[in-house]
Amino acid sequence: MGKPRRDMALFPLFVLLVAGILFVMPAGAQEPVSDDDVNRVAKDLFCPVCENTPLDTCPTAACQDWRDEIRTQLAVGKTDAEIQQYFVDRYGPRVLSAPPREGFNWLVWLLPVALAIAGIAFFARYLGGLRGKPGAEPADPTFTVTQGSAQAPPPAAGEDDYVSRIEKELRE
Amino acid sequence: MIADLGFAVVLIAFLSAIYAAIVSVIGARRNDERWVASARNAAVATFPLLLLASGLLITLLLQGDFSVDYVYQVSSREMPTYLKVTALWGGQAGGLLFWNLLLAAFTATAMLRKWDDQRPLMPYAILVASLTQIFFIGLVAFVENPFSRIPGLIPADGRGLNPLLRHPGMIIHPPMLYLGFTGFTIPYVFAMAALISGKLDEGWIRTTRRWTLVAWLFLSLGLILGGRWAYDVLGWGGYWAWDPVENASFIPWLSGTAFLHSVIIQEKRNMFKGWNMFLVIATYLLVILGTFIVRSGVISSVHSFAQSEIGPLFFGFLGLMIIFSVYWVVHRWDELSTENRLESLLSREAAFLFNNFVFIGILVATLWGTLYPIISELFTNEKVTVGPPFYNKVNGPLFVLLLLLMGIAPLTMWYRSSAQRIGMAIRWPALAALVVVGALIAFGIDSWAALLGLWVVTFSLILTVIEFVKGVRARMKRGESPWAAFSNLMARNRRRYGGYWIHLGVLVMAFGIIGSYFFQQETQIRLRAGESLSLGTYTMTFNGVRQYPGLDDLLIKEANLSITDNGRDVGTLTPRTELYTRSGQPMTIPSLRSTIEEDFYVIMVNWETVLANEATFRVFLNPLINWVWAGGLIFVIGTLIAAWPSPARERVAASARRRIALGPALGGD
Repeated sequence: MGKPRRDMALFPLFVLLVAGILFVMPAGAQEPVSDDDVNRVAKDLFCPVCENTPLDTCPTAACQDWRDEIRTQLAVGKTDAEIQQYFVDRYGPRVLSAPPREGFNWLVWLLPVALAIAGIAFFARYLGGLRGKPGAEPADPTFTVTQGSAQAPPPAAGEDDYVSRIEKELRE
Repeated sequence: MIADLGFAVVLIAFLSAIYAAIVSVIGARRNDERWVASARNAAVATFPLLLLASGLLITLLLQGDFSVDYVYQVSSREMPTYLKVTALWGGQAGGLLFWNLLLAAFTATAMLRKWDDQRPLMPYAILVASLTQIFFIGLVAFVENPFSRIPGLIPADGRGLNPLLRHPGMIIHPPMLYLGFTGFTIPYVFAMAALISGKLDEGWIRTTRRWTLVAWLFLSLGLILGGRWAYDVLGWGGYWAWDPVENASFIPWLSGTAFLHSVIIQEKRNMFKGWNMFLVIATYLLVILGTFIVRSGVISSVHSFAQSEIGPLFFGFLGLMIIFSVYWVVHRWDELSTENRLESLLSREAAFLFNNFVFIGILVATLWGTLYPIISELFTNEKVTVGPPFYNKVNGPLFVLLLLLMGIAPLTMWYRSSAQRIGMAIRWPALAALVVVGALIAFGIDSWAALLGLWVVTFSLILTVIEFVKGVRARMKRGESPWAAFSNLMARNRRRYGGYWIHLGVLVMAFGIIGSYFFQQETQIRLRAGESLSLGTYTMTFNGVRQYPGLDDLLIKEANLSITDNGRDVGTLTPRTELYTRSGQPMTIPSLRSTIEEDFYVIMVNWETVLANEATFRVFLNPLINWVWAGGLIFVIGTLIAAWPSPARERVAASARRRIALGPALGGD
């Protein structure tokens, strides 16, 4: 698993809260921007040069400039979302850690869902179709023997006899 | 001179592979064993030839012959000897040669070992193996020749190995992945041989069973070691970032794991022949795709040190192998469908099927995310990044489902099992896990996703341990001592109990992953000498930075930090930055205090000589992260238990196989 996103659920709330505080607070009375604030914004951004390295860990000078930009913007009271948008406007959606849910990019999110539904439907049909078939009747032991591999006979009532079950299954 | 010899040897290996392919077809056509034996010899011969070629390249690296481009690119005079040797796989051309060497080693071993056993499959197995070899040796011979010379003046010194690759973890991580990748070629080779020859009984499955397990072991080791390397070297506090190259090796691992499970259904019930064929073929193709992604640089990644222009060739080969495989599957479709059917949703067969369903789900999602940037650029001309948020959202729930299945599936029986019995068996573990979760809530954990994950892990862990206990107790009833019962249980069915060990390993890893993912804390701060920072129960005090030259062209800046845990002195940490002055490439090496509960992980982000008594640190508290590595170790031990050959049983199995080989003919299968 990658970097933590544990606060994602609270993120909109947090943005609102920050926006609210900034709104009521007189300009100039803000706390200095901490490195943690900068990293919070930076960790979901990717610069176009150091591909696949998030901004908060990237050691290059270019990424340092971007972080300084984030710091400057935070200092004048911009929200995380506004700063993200600032970079998207300049460098395109590739700076985001996942494609934005709009236009063509819906595809990245919808295809897994569509495939999952199709898969479940196929799976259900396959399993449903089995029960109706005569072939699904309990197998005749002599039949399974001629298959050459299915030595394990259908479990008898003596399921509790764990030793014999294990022994049976062990006999490959 | 040596370089010319090396190139000549690669050419001979290439011709040898072509000879093997052609002669194996002639042998099959004429049904003449002498031709097939000759083809086999040629295929086997590629191994000593490529071994010689690799030896020659290592010689060039050790000599520091910078007239050879590859030597110039990946080594330098001051590099320690062991790095000069491992530079064999430190770049594109050498890496491909090494890939070929391992592929040839596997091919030669399989051909020699299975020669007597699987004679009817052999000509086709040789053909398919040789086709793969022709492509990869051809790449080394004609596209990425590691022996090619630098035009013009011979440089006085080389550029040195990429700093990222100088870590000891890098010595072992790529070979493991390569072994895993090339190892999966063998099951494919025999699967295709079974398809082409039409001998679709379980012969090929039995033949490749251990191969698959061994390839899978190496791939797993490669993934785990890669994670550890990232944690130790890349300096971002984590071990898995869903980077395209990580995904490239994870994707075939997923289909391989699905195959290892579903193949058991074919062995026991003679079902899903076609599905297993599909999984083996898919794994091979995904290995080729993975190598393509790693090697071509078509998808940007932190691994982009291996970029080149071989992309289109890979694409072509992949396309050819897809057509080749699909043609034979379609051709034999009727023989692949089987009579036996699922009888119940509550059966071992169905459980394995669910397992496959989830594995393939994770595979498709990961593959989709990895390829999506290309698709987006193709259709909208817009580059996008598909990063961790996508994978965590899509795959996270699927992983939880998998862990749940891990606990319940072993309770099912073949054919059908009673819901009542399973209900009884899971009742108490489910409740016990709930109690654990209750305790965690009382401790103040409030992330529902983490709690759900921990419930599933606890639940499945209890059930897996019960599987062992039940087995041991059943044997103890016959008067065996507990220890004898335990070891006999393992010995009697290595694959099953090795598998349960692997499950235990995965569950322990999951515990660590959940801990470090949901509860990681981090902070970044600038400290003056003498100032302190607290995170969790730890306090670190910055003492100063020392600057000194290291090996080769290295300039090291190393901070000294005193660490206390709950006020108790626990020693010093020394995070450092390493600057390779010639290439100007910086490395951030973390320093960490590691305990069973958590890692206190410190990176020095910034330090300048002009402000020598100030430095910026980034500090992570990674809870339970050592459980990831411990789980990995259990996982590997489990795989070794499952794959370990037992000579006595081998012989029995071999004679049984001979009997079975007669069976279908008599039984009119």
